[in-house]
Amino acid sequence: MERKEWPLWEIFVRSKNGLDHKHCGSVHATDARMALQVARDVYTRRQEGVSIWAVKASDIVASDPDAKPELFDPAEDKIYRHPTFYKLPDEVDHM
Amino acid sequence: MYTQALDIPPGEQPKRKPDAVENAAYQAEFDARIDAGATIEAKDWMPEAYRKTLVRQISQHAHSEIVGMLPEGNWISRAPSLKRKAILLAKVQDEGGHGLYLYAAAETLGVSRDELTEALLSGKAKYSSIFNYPTLNWADVGVIGWLVDGAAIMNQIPLCKCSYGPYARAMVRVCKEESFHQRQGYDALLAMMSGTDAQRELVQDAVNRWWWPSLMMFGPHDADSPNSGQSMRWGIKRISNDDLRQKFVDATVKQAEVLGVTLPDDELKWNEARGHYDFAAIDWDEFWNVVNGHGQCNVDRLAARVKAWDDGAWVREAAVAHAEKQAAREKAAA
Repeated sequence: MERKEWPLWEIFVRSKNGLDHKHCGSVHATDARMALQVARDVYTRRQEGVSIWAVKASDIVASDPDAKPELFDPAEDKIYRHPTFYKLPDEVDHM
Repeated sequence: MYTQALDIPPGEQPKRKPDAVENAAYQAEFDARIDAGATIEAKDWMPEAYRKTLVRQISQHAHSEIVGMLPEGNWISRAPSLKRKAILLAKVQDEGGHGLYLYAAAETLGVSRDELTEALLSGKAKYSSIFNYPTLNWADVGVIGWLVDGAAIMNQIPLCKCSYGPYARAMVRVCKEESFHQRQGYDALLAMMSGTDAQRELVQDAVNRWWWPSLMMFGPHDADSPNSGQSMRWGIKRISNDDLRQKFVDATVKQAEVLGVTLPDDELKWNEARGHYDFAAIDWDEFWNVVNGHGQCNVDRLAARVKAWDDGAWVREAAVAHAEKQAAREKAAA
């Protein structure tokens, strides 16, 4: 018999209004509706969420872990982007 | 690409793509990250042996959760009250959920769900030997919650800090829910212990049968556990089998006393010098016998999983056919 595995969906849950959706795992489902239903049963059995996003795993574009140095290291020496870089007179330093 | 990279002539830029899967530079970087307590994520380079160990451990763990639904599922239709039935349903559903979190974590390592399922159904993959014991009376359900889930929690809490990110995060979810499992079991036993003599006898009988298998859940002695050292080195395992077992015994003695049951071990006594309880030797022949397929329920458990998979085949196929038909219709309408 031909085996056809159900597509993989990545699941993101907003735990309450005011917070971001956060990745919490993945499920297999044949379509978007089923992905949401399965995600509800698998990831929100205890009111962990008020909203679910399901994204087909194959649709996610991710950066290459091997590209970490060229992507992220350039920010390393730009300490002037942080407020702590600036030493101000004591009287106004809480600015 | 407008900062440091500009200062380095192109030829001198380190070459980062591995020539082969095993690459000394990558290996050194990996070791350094493990030593620093860093987390390894799905797409990061990792030694093949690390990946294989994780696939084996996480999938065995997932299989255990799924097979673990069977002994307790046996009592859903016979729970003594609607309250206990609702609790047991929720617990068994959790076990199914734990299996799914863990399969998802294993799949991040490049193995497919179908391969994992096939390994279980063909008998190639192992699951926890504890689930090859039968649940003979209602007290067994309570004792599984108290002792079996209690032992599982001891085993699982250190995994929340394991070096592989997707596994560690799945375990955080599992551990949160596992605490409910242990407490509901103890609560069910407390109710029986405040009942009749016959009910108290059922509890004691279940404790007698489950105590030693629960201690075996921590695995062989450290000296007989050849892979433990490597798993510790990799940050997959944080505490040794014997240390976890001791911790479990120390925590359980008081709980047994409050419940009013006797743990079936004449040699169980406090050792002032060690600061721990001493306990009798474990019957490892029984352990290996069950692991190697000769426990009371090995055949039944696997048969139940195979039947569920086979009976569900038409549902899996129909769902795919339906999704394809819907997609084709949407395309035609567009």
